[in-house]
Amino acid sequence: MAEYYVQTKQLSVGYQGQALIKDININVQKGEIVTLIGPNGAGKSTILKSITRQLALISGRVIFAEKDIQKYSFKELSARMAVVLTERMKPELMTCHDVVATGRYPYTGRLGILSREDEEIVDAAMRSVHAYELGNKDFNAISDGQRQRVLLARAICQEPDMIILDEPTSFLDVRHKLELLSILRDMAKSRNITVIMSLHEIDLAMKISDRIICVKGDHIFRHGKPEEIFEEGMIRDLYEIDKGYFDPLFGSIELPKPVGEAKVMVLSSCGNGIGTYRKLQKLGIPFSAGILYTNDVDHKLARLLAADMIEMQPFEPVSEEAMKAAREKMNFCSMVIDAGLVTGQGNACMRKLLEEAAAAGKLMTEKEFFDTKMSEFVSVK
Amino acid sequence: MNEKVNPGTPESFHMENFRRRSRYSIVFLVLLAAFVMITVLNVNTGNVNIPVSRIFRIIFTKAGDVDEVNIIWKIRLPRILMAALLGGALSLSGFLLQTFFSNPIAGPFVLGISSGAKMVVAIVMIFFIGNFGRVSSYVLVAAAFVGSLLATGFILAVSRSVKHMAALLVAGIMIGYICSAVTELIITFADDSDIVNLHGWSQGSFSGMNWSNVAVGAVIVGIGVICVFGLSKPIGAYQLGEAYAQSMGVNVKRFRVLLILFSSILSACVTAFAGPISFVGIAVPFLIKHALHTSKPLVVIPATFFGGSVFVMFCDLVARMAFAPRELNISTVTSIFGAPIVIYMLIRRQKGNM
Repeated sequence: MAEYYVQTKQLSVGYQGQALIKDININVQKGEIVTLIGPNGAGKSTILKSITRQLALISGRVIFAEKDIQKYSFKELSARMAVVLTERMKPELMTCHDVVATGRYPYTGRLGILSREDEEIVDAAMRSVHAYELGNKDFNAISDGQRQRVLLARAICQEPDMIILDEPTSFLDVRHKLELLSILRDMAKSRNITVIMSLHEIDLAMKISDRIICVKGDHIFRHGKPEEIFEEGMIRDLYEIDKGYFDPLFGSIELPKPVGEAKVMVLSSCGNGIGTYRKLQKLGIPFSAGILYTNDVDHKLARLLAADMIEMQPFEPVSEEAMKAAREKMNFCSMVIDAGLVTGQGNACMRKLLEEAAAAGKLMTEKEFFDTKMSEFVSVK
Repeated sequence: MNEKVNPGTPESFHMENFRRRSRYSIVFLVLLAAFVMITVLNVNTGNVNIPVSRIFRIIFTKAGDVDEVNIIWKIRLPRILMAALLGGALSLSGFLLQTFFSNPIAGPFVLGISSGAKMVVAIVMIFFIGNFGRVSSYVLVAAAFVGSLLATGFILAVSRSVKHMAALLVAGIMIGYICSAVTELIITFADDSDIVNLHGWSQGSFSGMNWSNVAVGAVIVGIGVICVFGLSKPIGAYQLGEAYAQSMGVNVKRFRVLLILFSSILSACVTAFAGPISFVGIAVPFLIKHALHTSKPLVVIPATFFGGSVFVMFCDLVARMAFAPRELNISTVTSIFGAPIVIYMLIRRQKGNM
């Protein structure tokens, strides 16, 4: 096993001699993206601040590039590690270009005057985060999202081996979130820069990170590769979710399903049911879904949103049992919605269900239902 | 949002640099012109008016009417030089405190640091004059330095538990009142002969400066200013906040100590020679930063020093001449000009926060 680039050994961190989080043992390899996730106030920032030496360690050690981080001088460290922090700064009369240029600090002379080469690096850093056109603007006059990008440019032109970011995506809109993360990804992969950060968006954390560290309570709840961490129960425990779900497959978040017995049945396949499920959920109408192959996208969502569902193993013909169960459900429900049932050889018999529902006067298309019948099902409290 | 998109050519920053440098040059030229003008005015006017043509002859050749030579060389020149030195020192001290507290309203006077220095100087002065009949400039500066550090220490202790700047300023003003009260108390019980001396001094004045004062002042302020200029790089980093400064390689703990030491030395020197002087430390750095349209320490430090010199020399001129032959306290004049600027700053800041 290769030597780790960053290692914490029995690290305890906290404020004023009081340990908040104990026994932190993290191993990070060079060029990896490591993300700290966990509930608000769990101490993600505290850990990051301890690694950057903003906070004194309570006990234990942090090893960075085979050397104890306490043994570095601030100057040595500054040429190897850059930070993007959450603290709001309000520099007076500084343009964005000035702020980015401070990243060259470790490389300039006694008076901090930028050489032509420094200027070029500053320009390149600003371009790489698409902030070049902000150069002449006052730093206090730009939006939070722009500010975040300028601060990242500042960190980039510090030319570090490691970059530490405390919640870099807060305040960013979705486009800039994606941009920022792909810049980080790019830096990590093409320039072998190690990235350690904290994120609130677990879906993004899952997609960008090589390693995930879950912080909760007074310890590291779990750490490992994203695929080891992101399973539904794990996230539920970490964040103590009791309302709604986290779907690890797509990294999406779902609100809780409507409570109660199913009042309508939705027949669909091939992902056509998703829109209907969501509408019903928003209106608080419990529904039953069927008959879904377990590899259908509809199935993935119905699992989280439907009051109950009838499922089938993929690529098998629909069984008699399933048909029976579906008929029972249909009788029980006062309405059946055809949300766009696609049938083939395997599930051709589901056509019969539609016919039966139509005969019983229960069948409606999605549009008809939401245009005319919907109000009867919405329980007004 | 109306986004003004910059063409973003590589040339644009070089243009920007050029524009900035031109602006800096203009500010320095204006300051220089003001400096020369006020110096001439200061030498020229007074109870005895000396025409400009003779001033230059007297300054450069020391030849001319004996009385005029004496007035210029023994009274007016040392006073002007002292006003210039101490004015610069005071503004710079204010700039350092503003950097330290990252708040533009901080200054040696409002934080009670000048009053702390005044109190210790008064005590030392009475003790020395009572026992030895005289007191050296160095001892006074040292006393003022101790007083400044005491007051600063108190402010820092408060700032540990109170993070709110307004509360900190109130604490500063309170310590200012306490120290002034103690000073008044001491003066009340001092010998008659001391009182005349002390009273004038504790109100702030540049009258009665001599060349030995100038020499001591020049050495201390000179060293102070050079050291502060050498700190411009970390000061620039510190303007982004403590955490960023540290990540750029600044040893923040040591740097904070240096800031306090230098701001105390500079303001102590002022208090020791001329008594407490109000508002210069806040108003001048503000004006200079906005005139230069930057907070880059590399230009702001010399400009602040220079600007402080000009401002205080001007105020001293007004103090001498406004109601001549009666002289005003220097603080009276600096308050009249400085306080409105500070009020304007507060209003602007409030707007900026909304």
